[in-house]
Amino acid sequence: MRTLRQPANVVAPLLFPMLLLAVNSGGLAAETNLSGFPTNSFVAFALAVPFIQGALFATMNAGTDLARDIQTGFLNRLSLTPMRGIALLAGQLGGVVVLGLVQTTVYLAVGLAVGVHIESGVAGVLVLFAFALLVALGFGALGTFAALRTGSGEAVQSLFPAFFVFLFISSMNIPRNLIETSWFRDLATANPVSYLLECVRSLIITGWDGEALALGFGIAAAIAVAALALSTWALRVRMARS
Amino acid sequence: MSDSTIKAEQLVREFKKGPRAVDAIDLGVASGEIYGFLGPNGAGKSTTVHMLTTLLPPTSGTARVAGYDVLREGPQVRMRIGAALQEAALDPLLTGREHVRLQASLQALPRAERSQRADELLARVGLADAADRKVRGYSGGMKRRLDLALALVHRPQILFLDEPTTGLDVQSRTALWAEVGRLAREDGVTVFLTTQYLEEADVLADRVGIIDHGRIVAEGTPGALKAEVGRPTIEAIPADDGDLSRTAAILERFGELVTSSKGVAVRLDDGTSGLAEVVRALDAEGLQSEHLQLHQPSLDDVFLAKTGRSLEGAGDDEEEEERRGLAMEPAR
Repeated sequence: MRTLRQPANVVAPLLFPMLLLAVNSGGLAAETNLSGFPTNSFVAFALAVPFIQGALFATMNAGTDLARDIQTGFLNRLSLTPMRGIALLAGQLGGVVVLGLVQTTVYLAVGLAVGVHIESGVAGVLVLFAFALLVALGFGALGTFAALRTGSGEAVQSLFPAFFVFLFISSMNIPRNLIETSWFRDLATANPVSYLLECVRSLIITGWDGEALALGFGIAAAIAVAALALSTWALRVRMARS
Repeated sequence: MSDSTIKAEQLVREFKKGPRAVDAIDLGVASGEIYGFLGPNGAGKSTTVHMLTTLLPPTSGTARVAGYDVLREGPQVRMRIGAALQEAALDPLLTGREHVRLQASLQALPRAERSQRADELLARVGLADAADRKVRGYSGGMKRRLDLALALVHRPQILFLDEPTTGLDVQSRTALWAEVGRLAREDGVTVFLTTQYLEEADVLADRVGIIDHGRIVAEGTPGALKAEVGRPTIEAIPADDGDLSRTAAILERFGELVTSSKGVAVRLDDGTSGLAEVVRALDAEGLQSEHLQLHQPSLDDVFLAKTGRSLEGAGDDEEEEERRGLAMEPAR
């Protein structure tokens, strides 16, 4: 409810990625002429980016809301109820996951509206939703971890530029095998965000690519598990009660 | 019969890189009592409340609330207490009614009871008309009243109020005092109230504990504490400056003369029962007073006697330290 009552938290994750998609599609469309580029449609190639970009907003939303709860003492109020710590966390992440659903729906709708064809079909769309929710959960949990450790909304927001760097030094704008600069290609290969992008991209462009799906889901799950474990630990330390 | 007592023994709380915020305090609060915990900013009041409400583990010592150990039996303690802490802790995007319903849901009240309980509590704290407005539109007094309502949702046996009237106007403060008094008197709720306001402790509390630099420096009923430090003083300013010495000679019959910046003051041997005699004696000598005032010892006098400092204005630096300690990761 609180997420939906903050229009900026809902509109920005929808609008900003679409703007970036429009700009990049216009400016980088000539990439499709490169030998080995996987598709004729740059929009189809770039559509994967909003899904991951939206995850960054999930981090910010979950984190800043929780940091505000800590700063205002609202978390203390919740701590005094019989509610278990993990349920508090689930409540915080619930809104993020719902927003992730909304984002996925909007991004897909925009993609379909501009002529993108989802190669993996209806089943692929369902898999895409599942993946997007997993990514939103994982990145949202990273945000809650940052909030619980720092208790500061400003500290959470300072993560945004750091995460953006991860997004840009990846296969965000060009397939890894076509990156000519070796250090950039190496960094993109080491960057887990590349595999998240490629997982989404495979469902849109290729169809069913087992390796891309396994790597994408595996890394998203690893991020989610690690982030949730860290958040649970940080919550226990923050609450520090019996 | 349920146990609504609070008992702490040698309770200590240390923060990293700081002095002891609470330094081996012992306190006991009986069932149905209003206990006022009075001290300047940064004395350790909020830290004590955080420990007693299980939000912060003690570094050492023990505390039992409603018969349960705060460290080992936290869930049982939390079921029996309500707390309105120093921050109003409200979500500005929710309405008053949504807050109460959320709290009722979190406290596992039956679904059928939640709406009724919300209506009842909001009416009781005078927020029925504002119940469906978002909290960001509430005044400070309204937020404090909502905070109190939230603390009462699950009918706790023990209520912790951490500086509940700080920043409120006189009217809001008086209304809150009335409600707290009613809770103790009619509902038998034990109230642990922290305050930096002398008047609040004096008016509300059955017993007062005065804390300074993490230690309890005095404890007892307000009357007993004040009687401990002195008897009442009467100060007379004669209408004619030339009558000063005659006024002093009259007043000296009734007690020990004390310093007065403007006239003559005497500490009454017989307490306030000597007041009528003083007035009669001055009148009999034809001495007119421009100003005649009775000064009762205040809790500030008690604090001054115990610590050498006045309560008002004390502790501004210590407040910042205590607040920083509560905001940081708790020490293990």
